[in-house]
Amino acid sequence: MIVETGHFALVLAFALALVQSSVPLVGARFGNERMMAVGGPVAITGFAMIALSFAALTIAYVQSDFSVANVWENSHSLKPMLFKITGTWGNHEGSMLLWVLILTFFGAQVAAFGGNLPASLRANVLAVQGWIGAAFMLFILATSNPFARLTPAPFEGRDLNPILQDIGLAIHPPMLYLGYVGFSVCFSFAVAALIDGRIDAAWARWVRPWTLAAWTCLTGGIAMGSYWAYYELGWGGFWFWDPVENASFMPWLAGTALLHSALVMEKRSALKIWTLLLAILTFSLSLLGTFLVRSGVLTSVHAFATDPSRGVFILAILTVFIGGSLALFAFRASSLSAGGIFQPISREGALVLNNLFLTTAAATVLIGTLYPLFIEAVSGDKISVGAPFFNLTFGLLMIPLLAVVPFGPMLAWKRGDLPGAAQRLMFAFGGALLAVLVVLLFVDGATVFAALGAGLAFWLILGALTDIVLKAGIASVKPAVALRRLVGLPRSVFGTALAHLGLGLTVLGIVGVVSLETENIVTMRPGETLQVSGYTLRFEGIQPFKGPNYTEDQGRFVLSGSGGRALGEIVSAKRFYPVRQMPTTEAGIKTLGLSQLYIALGDATADGGVVVRVWWKPMVTLIWLGGLVMMIAGVTSLMDRRLRVGAPAKRARPGLSAS
Amino acid sequence: MTRKQKRLTVIGGALGFLGLATALTFYALGQKASYFYMPADLQQATLPPGERIRLGGLVEEGTIVRGQGTEVAFSVTDKEKSVKVVFNGLLPDLFREEQGVITEGTFRPDGVFVADSVLAKHDETYMPKEVADSLKAKGVWQESTQ
Repeated sequence: MIVETGHFALVLAFALALVQSSVPLVGARFGNERMMAVGGPVAITGFAMIALSFAALTIAYVQSDFSVANVWENSHSLKPMLFKITGTWGNHEGSMLLWVLILTFFGAQVAAFGGNLPASLRANVLAVQGWIGAAFMLFILATSNPFARLTPAPFEGRDLNPILQDIGLAIHPPMLYLGYVGFSVCFSFAVAALIDGRIDAAWARWVRPWTLAAWTCLTGGIAMGSYWAYYELGWGGFWFWDPVENASFMPWLAGTALLHSALVMEKRSALKIWTLLLAILTFSLSLLGTFLVRSGVLTSVHAFATDPSRGVFILAILTVFIGGSLALFAFRASSLSAGGIFQPISREGALVLNNLFLTTAAATVLIGTLYPLFIEAVSGDKISVGAPFFNLTFGLLMIPLLAVVPFGPMLAWKRGDLPGAAQRLMFAFGGALLAVLVVLLFVDGATVFAALGAGLAFWLILGALTDIVLKAGIASVKPAVALRRLVGLPRSVFGTALAHLGLGLTVLGIVGVVSLETENIVTMRPGETLQVSGYTLRFEGIQPFKGPNYTEDQGRFVLSGSGGRALGEIVSAKRFYPVRQMPTTEAGIKTLGLSQLYIALGDATADGGVVVRVWWKPMVTLIWLGGLVMMIAGVTSLMDRRLRVGAPAKRARPGLSAS
Repeated sequence: MTRKQKRLTVIGGALGFLGLATALTFYALGQKASYFYMPADLQQATLPPGERIRLGGLVEEGTIVRGQGTEVAFSVTDKEKSVKVVFNGLLPDLFREEQGVITEGTFRPDGVFVADSVLAKHDETYMPKEVADSLKAKGVWQESTQ
């Protein structure tokens, strides 16, 4: 009964989405206030319906109702409760429902907090949200119904893919979707502005908090996904340039560009048309990502059950939305007025450079990801484009971009002073140079690449700190005054500095692990020891262990530091899930400072030993800590007075604001 | 400079940059993309020595030999031809006989394929797409229905 209610609520939500897509739009076109006002309540009710539908599916999972095909395929009565709940979206149907839940959630936010948006803009935004919602609800109802019943109901379920039975599933997909789908609001605002034929700095002030919120969630989702893959797959890598990863990374790159260009538009009312285009492109890349993940057209380490009919459906959605919005853009963009002018050396100039590099980087990732499809279609050859391609092209694009990042916040709007900025960055540059020398002279096995990479990372970190120090005047005025100024700085200044600092930390982590990582693949018998980067690892032996829905062989290792200092035990296991007949590797990871020791167990050898893979990963945790700092930066910026989520009140002089 | 000249300079610079980036991308695609082969395809293909390729197929029954330490040898087959592969490292969890795998590496002069990575998919019903397509074309394997 609950399940049928959920299904019915989904159908109702689809009907509501159709109303939301049309009535407010017609109202906005003919200036009918009552028709425009329909959008808000319908969007909120639609969200309530999807929430009800999602709750029904969750209840079916919690109760292990195997008469529902989706629950039978992806759950098991012995599965721990957390994984029963997260299992709701650990499969295609449920995750699409989560996608729509988040979409309607954002639509409801616009409806609830968009009270001071111009009525026609609000109506159009909600209508566009309605189109996206209707398309995906139809997709779920037509090809991926999560509520389909099975008769007779099986006695026991087939269990969730063991790889997904992890806390990562509770965090990674919802965060990622909040990011992906958050950009739909920017997209809707862009399309609504095109329909309206009007765009001004106030538009950017409404769009920026959404971009920021979506970007923050996407950053967190990607970082979490990277860490999850790192510890769960047992390969010890943090990024594989896998098509599915690229699918989430492309919207991130475009979204980062959008974040910066919206800033220019808000403050200087320049780059209007470009910002609009970026808003469309960012969400288009999110849609493309959904297509790549869901259709299985590309070989990926992520195994999703795929179905060609679904791929065709999403491809149709993709074509209509991307094609339609770009056509609308081509048709209407010329009617929008161009904005303010600026010198090439200025804050605007720096942000344009940022946009140029980020969008080009996103384009190279896009080309690399889709090239195998293209070649197969043209010549029938099967090729793979992997890490070597992306490291070369993406890496080469990122180095100059990272090198100019600290200059951006130092330059004034409209007309900047480059020598002055360089002078103010002297300390940061000196620090970076020092880092290069220290790495070259004192770190064993460091290459020139490692030294330069560390220098670049410190340049970013120190540059970000310099920005705060100068803006608060810490070096030039009395401490009490400086403290007052520091507290009084706009939150968005801290946001910028923290985001750039986090980027520097991530770069430092990547450089550390790429250039200084050591790997040992050895056969160990109980009692044997291994020396790793000054630590001694002793293998104690293997013990069997029984979990709720798996059995495992736990390899126990004792770690000691220099002079025999005990550092505790590391357990690395090979787990076996009998329902799916599937083994998994549970890596043993010990965090030592910022670095990690990573142990994966292999097969037993004929002579009574076991193959063990031991990595020393210097500074690896910085990769994700940097992501966390970037998230904190996003949240800090969101708390800025000027940028409340929803729509800030109109200012006395729209388009101008002091910084 | 007039406003128009300035704009032209900026646009020219941006286009130059994009041109460079495009050239780099296609150079890298030519250099770094690796081709996928099944054992039977290798006869027609003329591979330059040392060329990195991806070799896919099924792990042939009864061919897995564990050597000294971490060395493993096995054959990859498409039920028509098979190729001997040696690999030094940790095999993926789902590596077993009759499982679809993709290996990446180069050929030794004696015709043995030296793999530096072995990929088996993290789903027991999943077959790598390239392998599945080729095997289906040969009629060796059918998509199992869930």
